[in-house]
Amino acid sequence: MLCQNCQKRIANVHVTKVINGEKFEMYLCEKCANESAYSNFGAPFDMSNFFSGLFGFENPVKYVTAATEETRCPMCGMSYSDFMHIGKMGCAKCYEVFGPRLQPVFRKLHGAQEHVGKYPRRMFAGKNASREIQRLKELLNQAIEREDYEKAAEIRDMIRKLEVE
Amino acid sequence: MSAWYYERGPESDVVISSRVRLARNLKDYPFPHRMSRQQEAEVVGIVRDSILNNSKSGMEFTFINMNEISPLDRQAMVEKHLISPEMTESGSFRGLLLSSDEKVSIMINEEDHLRIQCLYPGLNLAEAWQLCNSMDDLLEQKVEYAFDERYGYLTCCPTNAGTGIRASVMLHLPALIMTGYIKNVLEVCAKIGIAVRGLYGEHSEATGNMFQLSNQVTMGQSEQDIVESITGIATQVIEQERMLRKELYRQNPIKIEDTIYRSLGVFSNARIISSEESLKLLSDIRLGVEMGIIKDITIEKLNEIMLKIQPANLQKVCNRQLTPEERDVQRAELIRKLLTT
Repeated sequence: MLCQNCQKRIANVHVTKVINGEKFEMYLCEKCANESAYSNFGAPFDMSNFFSGLFGFENPVKYVTAATEETRCPMCGMSYSDFMHIGKMGCAKCYEVFGPRLQPVFRKLHGAQEHVGKYPRRMFAGKNASREIQRLKELLNQAIEREDYEKAAEIRDMIRKLEVE
Repeated sequence: MSAWYYERGPESDVVISSRVRLARNLKDYPFPHRMSRQQEAEVVGIVRDSILNNSKSGMEFTFINMNEISPLDRQAMVEKHLISPEMTESGSFRGLLLSSDEKVSIMINEEDHLRIQCLYPGLNLAEAWQLCNSMDDLLEQKVEYAFDERYGYLTCCPTNAGTGIRASVMLHLPALIMTGYIKNVLEVCAKIGIAVRGLYGEHSEATGNMFQLSNQVTMGQSEQDIVESITGIATQVIEQERMLRKELYRQNPIKIEDTIYRSLGVFSNARIISSEESLKLLSDIRLGVEMGIIKDITIEKLNEIMLKIQPANLQKVCNRQLTPEERDVQRAELIRKLLTT
């Protein structure tokens, strides 16, 4: 999950604070956890400071500056260097935003850059059927070639059924 | 019970199980590692409801909130291969939908929003894929997937993008190991883009002569092609293993029988036994059963033992927490009990 303070980095520190018997739990990134620990160190605990610090109201400017330095995904805020660092995409939109830069990545990983498998059935109602018909027609030809007419008839019926749908 | 480990599947003299898993994400949410607590809860709710309120699956599902079960229960599920080790990490809101026969498990908020997994005994990737495919269709009627016509199903890690499929088979290959020919298998697999791992997936060692073969490439090939190619490779490895077993036996039958019966002797009489030692001995005994040398023990029984002697499942059988020393004593006792029932 994301750091509950900056909402930008991965939360890897679990902070529990007990204030007047009430328990506050936060999942923070290392940076925010260090900052919040430092700001409270040796000083009497100030509630307003605790929350503004945690939610980043104190100094919103620094994040804006960081964002203008390179392209970030508008949906999740990931940058390409974030991706390079952790090897993970942030959201579906990232694929669109960083698409051109991903081509070599896909070529290296898969030896291919395009999907040839299943399509979501509901989203692309007609597409899966036409691909399946194509596949069956190939099988039909193969069956006819080896003179397996029983199998061919079976495949032909499957194609007809799909074409009706 | 019909779970994979209690059933005998095709080619069960070499193949333990076949698994297909699909990685899917919801279009309108960032991937799990970038979600807020609120979003995690929403995704769990959406997926849970779309399966539980859907009678079309023809299967019964139970929803499990991973944070509400004990670490021991989570670990026991990893040992059964029902969930991945990642699912046991606390800190995020993760859920699991498990079918009553334990063939289908849908992990929510693992690395991707959804990991649909189907597990079958023996070599049966085709059926596992079919079931995965229909579960995927069922879910897609209710949720909108992150999908792109060019890149296919969009996944958190680009190594899974495209089909999002991972097809794997678990093989028992003692003869390939004994003869050293396993090296050739590993080399060929590496060349054609097939990953070989140990009993517990990524980074795990090949304990008890168990190897897992799976596809690495997920883009540029159809699911059908991937399933067929892994099945094809597995079939060849199975043939090799069978041939070598026969040859080893032909050359020195008494030596093979001696190894098998010695291991059975230790296994069924030990009073203290570690997990590692038992897996090693189990492999010899399994070989004996698979070759028809040992006739009064079934493969199903060995699968049951293999599962129940793992640390977490052993503690569940004993119904209490055990120190490692206690475990080794309890394990030996349980083995003797299971072998005589």
